[in-house]
Amino acid sequence: MRRLSDLAPALAGALACTWFVSSAAQPAPAPAEAQDLTFVRLTTRQYQHSIHDIFGSNVEVKDNKVAPGFRDEGLLALGTRKLTISSAEMEQYEDLAQDIAAQVVDPGRRATLMSCRPDDESAADDECAASFLGQVGVLLFRRPLSEPELRMYVSTHSEAAGQLHSFNAGLTAALAQMLVAPDFLFRVEVSEPDPQRPGQRRLDAYSRAARLSFFLWDSTPDAMLLAAAESGALLTEEGLTAQVERMLMSPRVEHGLRAFFSDMLGFDGFATLSIDTNLYPKFTKYVHEDAEEQTLRTIVDQLLRKNQPYGELFVTRETFLTPSLAALYGVALPRSQELGGAIPWVPYEFPEHDPRVGILSQVSFLSLNSHPGTSSPTLRGKALREKLLCQKVPPPPGNVDFSLVQDVNNPKFKTVRQRLTAHSTEAMCAGCHKITDPMGFALENFNTAGEFRTTERGEPIDASGTLNGRSFDGIQQLAQVLKETPGTSACLITRAYSYGTERKPSREERQWLTALQSELAKEGGVRWRELMHRITLNPDFYTIPGAATLTVQAGR
Amino acid sequence: MSTHQRLSRRQVLRGVVGGVAVSVGLPVLECFLNPSGTAYAATGAALPPIFGTWFWGLGLTPGHWEPAASGNEYALPEHLAMLEPVKAKINLFSGMQVFLDGKVNQNHFSGAQCQMTGMVSRNGSDYTTSIDSIIGNHFGQRTRFRSIEVSCDNDRRSTWSARGENGMNPAEVSPLALYGRIFGPDFKDPNSADFTPDPAVMVRKSVLSGVTEQRQALMRRVSASDRTRLDEYFTSVRDVEQQLAVQLERPSPLPACSVPPPVEVENLGTLVEQTRATHRQFVQLIAHALSCGQTQVFNIAMGSSFSPLRKPGEASAYHQLTHEERIDPQLGYQPTCKWLAEQQMAFFLEMVQTLDAIREGDSTLLDRSLVFAYTDHGEARLHSMKKYPVFTAGSGGGRMRTGYHIAAEGDTVTRVGLTLQQAVGINAGSWGTETNRATKPFSEVLV
Repeated sequence: MRRLSDLAPALAGALACTWFVSSAAQPAPAPAEAQDLTFVRLTTRQYQHSIHDIFGSNVEVKDNKVAPGFRDEGLLALGTRKLTISSAEMEQYEDLAQDIAAQVVDPGRRATLMSCRPDDESAADDECAASFLGQVGVLLFRRPLSEPELRMYVSTHSEAAGQLHSFNAGLTAALAQMLVAPDFLFRVEVSEPDPQRPGQRRLDAYSRAARLSFFLWDSTPDAMLLAAAESGALLTEEGLTAQVERMLMSPRVEHGLRAFFSDMLGFDGFATLSIDTNLYPKFTKYVHEDAEEQTLRTIVDQLLRKNQPYGELFVTRETFLTPSLAALYGVALPRSQELGGAIPWVPYEFPEHDPRVGILSQVSFLSLNSHPGTSSPTLRGKALREKLLCQKVPPPPGNVDFSLVQDVNNPKFKTVRQRLTAHSTEAMCAGCHKITDPMGFALENFNTAGEFRTTERGEPIDASGTLNGRSFDGIQQLAQVLKETPGTSACLITRAYSYGTERKPSREERQWLTALQSELAKEGGVRWRELMHRITLNPDFYTIPGAATLTVQAGR
Repeated sequence: MSTHQRLSRRQVLRGVVGGVAVSVGLPVLECFLNPSGTAYAATGAALPPIFGTWFWGLGLTPGHWEPAASGNEYALPEHLAMLEPVKAKINLFSGMQVFLDGKVNQNHFSGAQCQMTGMVSRNGSDYTTSIDSIIGNHFGQRTRFRSIEVSCDNDRRSTWSARGENGMNPAEVSPLALYGRIFGPDFKDPNSADFTPDPAVMVRKSVLSGVTEQRQALMRRVSASDRTRLDEYFTSVRDVEQQLAVQLERPSPLPACSVPPPVEVENLGTLVEQTRATHRQFVQLIAHALSCGQTQVFNIAMGSSFSPLRKPGEASAYHQLTHEERIDPQLGYQPTCKWLAEQQMAFFLEMVQTLDAIREGDSTLLDRSLVFAYTDHGEARLHSMKKYPVFTAGSGGGRMRTGYHIAAEGDTVTRVGLTLQQAVGINAGSWGTETNRATKPFSEVLV
C-alpha cells in the first residue's frame, strides 16, 4: 500500500522526521487557569505563501478577499493582533479550504505529496490518512499534532470517506478541517516561563520558529526549522544563530522583505487607488499594476542582491521598468528588451542628471500620495513624515473653511504651492502644514500620475523645501537629506522590530534599537540581512510582555 | 472532544447520505402567502422582518434639504425633490447632532460611529457592535447569511458594520462575486419542487462542527486580551455552519423569490456612473436575496466617508471638493458638491424603489423592511457634527409609520437608532453612551 515518492519540499522534509505526531497533547497541557496562548491572524500573503511552501506553488490559492485590517504605529502587522475573522471572511476561508484541499489530494497531485496509497480508493484508509495528515499537520499548525488531534482528523477522514465512498473525499474533508482551524488561520503563540529571566515569559520553541519564519520569510517554518524547535536547539544561542543564518541565505527571504516594505509603504492602498485617466492618460491599468512591483523590485535589488544600505533606496538611479512605466517616465526601452521574454521587466538606470532618483520619484509613492486629479504636497509630506520618519502628523481640525484659498480657478494662486501657502496662513492650519508641506513641495515636479513637469498651469514650479533645518530644492536634494538624516534609518529599524513582534517596542527595547542604529551607522548604514540578523538574535524579540501590553492600543 | 458530540456528527452524516434520500429537520411544508402578503397562508407565520443600513458620505447641502414643515404633510425641498415618488414610504429626520463630550472630533468617523454604535470613541480606534448586528441578533439567524455587506467604491474597508470589538465586517465590493456567493451553486431555490440534501454539503458542515468542538479547550488557555477575538472566530465558524445547515433544509416557499440574471459585467470605480452601476447591481442582488430568504440584514455603503465619488472631468473627488470648492456667491452653495449629493440621493431613491418593486401579495418587500440611511457629517465642508440628515425607509411590517418629516433640533442622532430597535421589537429603554444616550424614541412614528 505504501510507497515513497517525490514529495513537495516541505512535505519531504517533514517525512524525513519522525516527530510529526507528539505523544503529548500539543500545545503542551497547561493548568486550567493558564493563559499562555495569544493569536495573530495570518495576512493574505502569509496564507498564500504557507500553502505554496507546504504543497507546492502550483496549488492555486484563489483570490483571498479578507479585509486588510487596520494600521497601528504605521503598520498593518500590528493590527493583526487585534483582528478576528468575521462571518463573511470565514465563509471565504471555508471555500478556500475546500478548494485547496481538493487540489492537494487530487489523484494527479497526490502521488507527489503522499507516501502511501489507499488499498481501496472508494473507502477510508486510516493508516494512510494518518501518515499524510500527520506530515501535513505539523507544517500547517507549525507544531506536532497531539495524538488526540490526529485521531480527530483521521476520524473526519474515515467518516467522510465512508459516507461519500471515496478515500479522496475523506482526505479532502480532513485537510479542509485543518485549513479552517484556528491553529492554521492564526499564529497561535504559546508562552512559557523564561529560565534565563525568572518572572518573565518567552515564546516556546515552536512559536519562536513561527515568529522567525513569518518575519524573515513571510511564511510558515520549514521542516528544518521545526526540527530545530523540536530538538530544543532553537532555544539555544548557537542553534538560533545557525537557523537565522540559514534562513537569511534562503531565497524565501525576498518574500519577507517584500511583505515588510509593502506594509511600511502602505501598498495596500493600490487596491483602491483612483487616478483620473482622462486627465492622466499615461496612467494606464498596466502602470497601476506595475507601480508597486517596480518599487519592490528596486528594493529587492538594492537591499538583497547588492546588499546596499537602506539609504541607497532614496538616491539610487537603478530600477526596473516595463513598457508601460517607460512610457510614463518618457524613457525609450531598447526594443529587444521590450519584446524579450514573458516577463516584461528590464533593468534600467536613469542618467545622472535625470530627475528620477530613488523610490520617491517612482509612480508608487507619487500616485499613492496624491489626489485623483491633483498632486498634494500635504499628502506626500505627510507620507514622508509618517511612513519614512515614523513621525505622527495630527489630523486636520474641524471647522476649517478651505474654500477661499483652494479655488483652482483663482488667478492669484495658480499652483498648488501658492494655494497651500495662502491656506497655511490660517493659524489653526499652519502648525500641521509646516510639518508636511515643506517636504512635499520638493516632489511638486511630479504630477499625480508621477509624470515629470516643470510648470503648473503656466507657472514655474518651485520645488524648494526644508527638513529639520536643512534646505533643499527638488527631489535630488531631498533624497540626499533623507539618506543622511538619522531619523530615516531609525524609523526603519523600529518599524522592522515592531513588524516582527507585531507590537510596540518596550522602553528597554527602544533603547536597544537606538544603540543598534548607532552600531549599524558605524558599519556604513542599515543593511537588510544584518538588520534581520541582529533583531532575530536579540532574546527580547521572543519575550512576551505583560498581558496588558499584549493588547495593541490600535489606531485605525 | 466529547463522545456525545462525536456520535452526534457521525449520526448526522450516516443519516443523511447512506445511499438513501433522507429528509433532515425539514420544516413544515408551507404554502403561499395570505392575501396581504404579510404571512404564510398555511401557518399564519409572519414573513421575516428585514433590516438594512444605507450609508452615504458627506451629508447634504446645508440650508437646502431641510423641509420647512414637520409632520406628514411636508413638502420636499428642491434638493430632495427626486425622493417625491417614495416620500410616503420614508421618514426624514433633521436637526439632530452628535455630541463629542469633550473628545476630539475624528473627522468623517465619529459621526457615523455614533449613529451605528451609539458611542463616540476617544481615539477613533474603539469600534463596537453596530446596530445592524444588534437587530440581527434579535432576529436570530434563520437565513443562510447572517448579513450581507457591500460597498460601491471598491474598498472592502468602506463599512460601518461590526459584531464585537475586533474589526469591522468587510464589505463585498464586486457584484460578480456577490452573485456567485448568493446565487451560485450553493443556492437552493425555495420554490423548487425538488429538494435533496447534498451529501457533500453535509460533510462540509460536519467538518466545521469538528472545529467548533475545539472551542472549549482553546478558550481555557487563551490570554484574557485575546479571548473575545477567539470567541468571535468560533461564532463565525458557527455562522458558516448555519449557512450550510440552511442548505440542507427544504426552504419555505417564497412566491416573490426569483433568481436575478447573472452578473456578467462589472465596472468598479469611483466615477458617478461606475458607482451608480455598481450600486444598482448590488441593490438588485440584495433585493432578490431578501425575497428569497437568504438574509434578513444588509448594509450598503456608497463608499468611504471620505467619499471618493467623482464627477467626470472633475480633477478632485467629492471629499476634496467639500473643502476646496468655492461657495458660489449667487447660488449660496458649492455647486459640484450639491450635484454629487443629489446623485447619492438618486441612488437612495433607486434602492428604496427596488425594494418596493418586489411584490409580496398586497404589500412589498420594502413594507416588511426597515432601512436606516445615515451620513458622516452635517456640513461636511466644516466637519460639522450638527444638523444631520437621516432617513428611514419602509414600515418594518407595519411597526413604523412613514411619510413624516421630524425636526428634532439639538437632539442626539441616537434617537433614530433607539426608535428602530423598538420598532423591530427590542425592549430597549435607551441606547448610546454619555450625552448620546437616547432614552426617548420618536414615538410619533412608532405604531
